[in-house]
Amino acid sequence: MGDEFTLGRIFLNLLIATKWTIILSLIAFVFGGIVGFLVMLMRISPIKPLRFLSWIYVEFFEGTPLLLQLFLAFFGISVVFGINLSPLAAATIALTAFTSSFLADIWRGAVEALPKGQWEASSALGFGYFKKLRYIILPQAVKLSIAPTVGFLVQVIKGTSLASVIGFTELSRAASQINNVTLKALLVFALAGAIYFLLCYPLSVWSQKVEQRLNQQT
Amino acid sequence: MTQFEVSKGGTATATEAAIVAQDVEKWYSNGFHVLKGVSLTVNKGEVVVLMGPSGSGKSTFIRTFNALEPFQKGSIEIDGIPLTPKLKNVDAIRREVGMVFQQFNLFPHLTVFENVSIAPIQVRNMPKAKADEIATQLLERVGILHQAKKYPGQLSGGQQQRVAIARALAMQPKIMLFDEPTSALDPEMVREVLDVMRSLANSGMTMVCVTHEVGFAREVADRIIFLADGLLVEDTTPAEFFNNPKSDRTRKFLSQILH
Amino acid sequence: MGYTFDFSVVWDNIGLFIAGALLTFRISLIAIAFGLILGIIGALFRTSGNRILNAITLAYVEIIRNTPFLIQLFFIFFGLPKLGIRLNAEQAAILSLSINFGAYSTEIVRAGVESIPKGQVEAAMALGFKPLKIFRYIILIPALSNIYTALIGQVILAVLFTSVVSQIATEDLTFAGDFLNSRTFRSFEIYFTVCLFYLAIVWIIKGIGYWVERRFFEFAKYSRR
Repeated sequence: MGDEFTLGRIFLNLLIATKWTIILSLIAFVFGGIVGFLVMLMRISPIKPLRFLSWIYVEFFEGTPLLLQLFLAFFGISVVFGINLSPLAAATIALTAFTSSFLADIWRGAVEALPKGQWEASSALGFGYFKKLRYIILPQAVKLSIAPTVGFLVQVIKGTSLASVIGFTELSRAASQINNVTLKALLVFALAGAIYFLLCYPLSVWSQKVEQRLNQQT
Repeated sequence: MTQFEVSKGGTATATEAAIVAQDVEKWYSNGFHVLKGVSLTVNKGEVVVLMGPSGSGKSTFIRTFNALEPFQKGSIEIDGIPLTPKLKNVDAIRREVGMVFQQFNLFPHLTVFENVSIAPIQVRNMPKAKADEIATQLLERVGILHQAKKYPGQLSGGQQQRVAIARALAMQPKIMLFDEPTSALDPEMVREVLDVMRSLANSGMTMVCVTHEVGFAREVADRIIFLADGLLVEDTTPAEFFNNPKSDRTRKFLSQILH
Repeated sequence: MGYTFDFSVVWDNIGLFIAGALLTFRISLIAIAFGLILGIIGALFRTSGNRILNAITLAYVEIIRNTPFLIQLFFIFFGLPKLGIRLNAEQAAILSLSINFGAYSTEIVRAGVESIPKGQVEAAMALGFKPLKIFRYIILIPALSNIYTALIGQVILAVLFTSVVSQIATEDLTFAGDFLNSRTFRSFEIYFTVCLFYLAIVWIIKGIGYWVERRFFEFAKYSRR
């Protein structure tokens, strides 16, 4: 049985599964980005209950393991609502929650890193709250948050590996399955690791470059 | 006052050399020839001011005296100890030479008092009670005793630099080096630091100061050394230096700093 | 929605949760200690000026930081026995967590050492301090205060990472949840409770963190420029 799996076939199977790792990462990043933006707006809003709710949200999803968030989504939601969530749907929900809480925190940090004078100056010019955000605060915060956001994308890609645990077949699950058949654990997991590395490392380098450039400017 | 006299008992014997530097040459790691053979003898009790345009090598030169900067050619003797890469000599020399830096370099995690007492305790193995006594005296002398429990970050630049002077003196050095001690200060704080330096000079301390403070140099210095492009251009009295400079380089420099 | 929450399954099996939490706590503590030692060694190599040591350490750091912990765990748990190295689940868990934490702390500690201005070391040398005492009395505390926030953040992430070791049947907090989930239909209550346990651990770490910061790094309030 093991003989059927040549190095080439193992690699091919892993590459096919990599497609789902990439798709899941993109889903998590897009949905997480949208939700994270809204949560960030709540975190910096002048309305106290909104700030409190978003604080609870971030505190919960940053303070609990992604693996448990996947279990809650996959097993918990199914039981509570009496529906059968597919692994992809559950992974989407959990990864969105995970990604959005961290992105909300990163982006809030960028907004708060801006000098108070920026808010005051735009108030003095008569800008309303949302115009202040739109034209003065956010454009500057975006610049500050590019490097940590790209850096966090690496965490998201790595995080998708846990979707394998609830039965979603992406790179890590494919690797586990191939290992079960071939028993070539060193080879299979080293190959899977290498593929993850090729996905993540360029983003890490890019993030570091952006940060260095920003540090040189200031 | 006693702390300031530790290094010198009685009257100065002007003939005894504290620092003898001969033909000191230094290249930076990038190949730049920063010192091109500088010789200088500083006698005990003397106050020598080093002046020169930026990049002349004056800071680098005094930093060779306590082995913060290595040099490649020539020789330096501090109080009779030859400055060689041998660790024993370096340690002995650093114990005799105190240094005050442009950026103060106080230790941010220690209180003002601990900044002054830590080196006697940790380097000289002095009993804590004795070190505390010395720290108290010195802080009182530089006028910071009432701030002893604060952290350096809570003090103004001038106050920090006075603490830095007290810290160096706590090691009871025979020679004090000042590397642009007032250059990082706001103008209104320069005077308090110069006053401390002046009283230290009056107490007979051997001092080598890199500074642009013309008033201090005129009034306190025994000699002025002018360096330019890694060479010693003039070695003369303040009166001669400011009123009757010999070289064109000196005249050009003076016209720039005297406006 | 017709679903009634029933947390009795939690109360009836609270001992299981606590036992799991204790194991999570123990694994975290050991792995963080080992990882920190690795990190200090790694930071020394990274700042040593020796090109080969630096390159090897950098490769270690980048490989670990750019691959999922799950893959690292499986590589060690399923792969090392192929090389004749037998590890039980807990040993494999601790080994992989230590290696993982070591990579992150290498970069954090390095940043701390490099954050100390050159003038601090020069001032200490001018006062006659020897290298070991310079490290102990002059560099260590300010460096720790500079990296402290990052280090606590990484410790929290490491504790959350430990949940993954349940996948090789280490009987930690998450495993306790899995075990109960497979025997009852109270998935939500069980996993929610497990989450609260992790949250409690995270808050305890944060609490200790604030205390240490106030106790030891008070000076840092004043020295930021």
